[in-house]
Amino acid sequence: MNIWGRTAVVGAWEHPTRFAPHMTPFQIHAESARGALADAGLTIRDVDGFFTSGVGPIGLLSLCHHLDLRPAHVDSTSIGGSSFVSHCVHAAAAIAAGLCQVALVTYGSTAASERFAIGTAGTLVGEPPDQFEAPFGPTVVGSYAMVAQRHMHEYGTSSAHLAEIAVTMRRHAGLNPHAKYREPITVEDVLASRVISSPLHLLDCCVISDGGGALVLTSTERARDLAKPPVLILGGAEAVRHLGVGRHDLLDIAARQSGPLALARAGVRHDDIDCCMVYDSYTITVLVTLEALGFCKPGDGGAFCADGRIGLGGALPVNTDGGGLSSNHPGMRGIFLVIEAVRQLRGEAGPAQVADAKLALVHGTGGMLGQRHSGVTMILGRA
Amino acid sequence: MAETRPYKKPLPRVDEESRGYWEALARHELYFQRCRDCGTARFYPRAVCPSCSSSATEWVRASGRGTVYTFTVTHQNQTPGFREELPYVLAMVELEEGPRLLTNLVGCAPGDVRIGMPVEVVFEDVMAEITLPKFRPA
Repeated sequence: MNIWGRTAVVGAWEHPTRFAPHMTPFQIHAESARGALADAGLTIRDVDGFFTSGVGPIGLLSLCHHLDLRPAHVDSTSIGGSSFVSHCVHAAAAIAAGLCQVALVTYGSTAASERFAIGTAGTLVGEPPDQFEAPFGPTVVGSYAMVAQRHMHEYGTSSAHLAEIAVTMRRHAGLNPHAKYREPITVEDVLASRVISSPLHLLDCCVISDGGGALVLTSTERARDLAKPPVLILGGAEAVRHLGVGRHDLLDIAARQSGPLALARAGVRHDDIDCCMVYDSYTITVLVTLEALGFCKPGDGGAFCADGRIGLGGALPVNTDGGGLSSNHPGMRGIFLVIEAVRQLRGEAGPAQVADAKLALVHGTGGMLGQRHSGVTMILGRA
Repeated sequence: MAETRPYKKPLPRVDEESRGYWEALARHELYFQRCRDCGTARFYPRAVCPSCSSSATEWVRASGRGTVYTFTVTHQNQTPGFREELPYVLAMVELEEGPRLLTNLVGCAPGDVRIGMPVEVVFEDVMAEITLPKFRPA
């Protein structure tokens, strides 16, 4: 059974909040669900498939209770910030297989108002690998920083190369009225910001915000009668990388597997892609992801990102909403990658619109890049 | 157990698959595992070989010598125990026998650490029966 091209995103909504001490995470889920369903021209009573993450081990049940949902198909795959991209791939398969007809994906978090230090909170001993790591003080940012250090060693990548990525994301955020930070920054500003975990500076790191969003997916047949033009799910793939038995090449990230597979499933090539939404937890995440996806050769990511190519007006605009580096990052950002891709493919991106965008690549990264992480690539296209 | 000083950092949770590793460290010996069937060396220790699914395992004593594979100088960590010791060096060390492990580099200025730098193990006794393998310039 070929599932690609048979389902579509028909509703997308990003919660405008970036700081919501007056709200609960479930309220953000509920408001986002309402927004995405209204965008699709559907109601919550149409939903028979439900997908969420970031709500605790059996939090999906609590959230169904809160939303009074009685789904026939559920999935709370939790593989870090990429989870919501994974949910879309799983929803496409479930809809194509007839397990559900209208899938709702929701996300909500008040990480910023809870003062949760996502990247620098340290780790506790939970699962078996943790006992060999947590005693030495790893952090999320440190895990990505070790990949950056290795990339610099192998290829001569510089902090200035990484800084260019932060500068580009901030320029895009300037066009997004909801972005948390909109004032332009320079490479010098990034390099002058304090080091959080070498070689990553403060401005190499994503923001911490509150926020959420939701997506609605259904079959292409059902999509014909709905409010907005459908955005087709043309291909998708997942991958996991980890330290294994202790010989893993840190630069062999999950995107190297999921990217080519997703492109092949969609039957498209790199040159066909009009814009990319790539998880930007840190600047290094963007650089190694674009390399691993195959947009440039291993080691060329610094030069690739530094010459304007990934900015609006360049050959491959990336994160046209300002990304996690400047717009929002409530802890798990994958859903916003899909929402921004949908905006671009519908022509709803306003001043950040990529002219005549037909194909978008979304890639979510979840977990700790230098220890164990997931990568999910999805190709979206205009009908 | 009465402690002579408060140790605030996370402690390893010794389990049935890792007990031999931690017991050896308490004797100031660093071990890794090798599969008796396919010969694959592995870190961290676990009961079943991920390469061939064999349970036939031998413990191999490491020389304690290695090189820095990658590292980061951590300037921010909210965890009690670590926040008092900033900045500290988190590193992956490649043992000369092959496997890599996550550790701390001690006995050198954070600014002097380089990838490829030769290092050797030092044993830090943090609690009765708990010793951590850390590394210093060799």
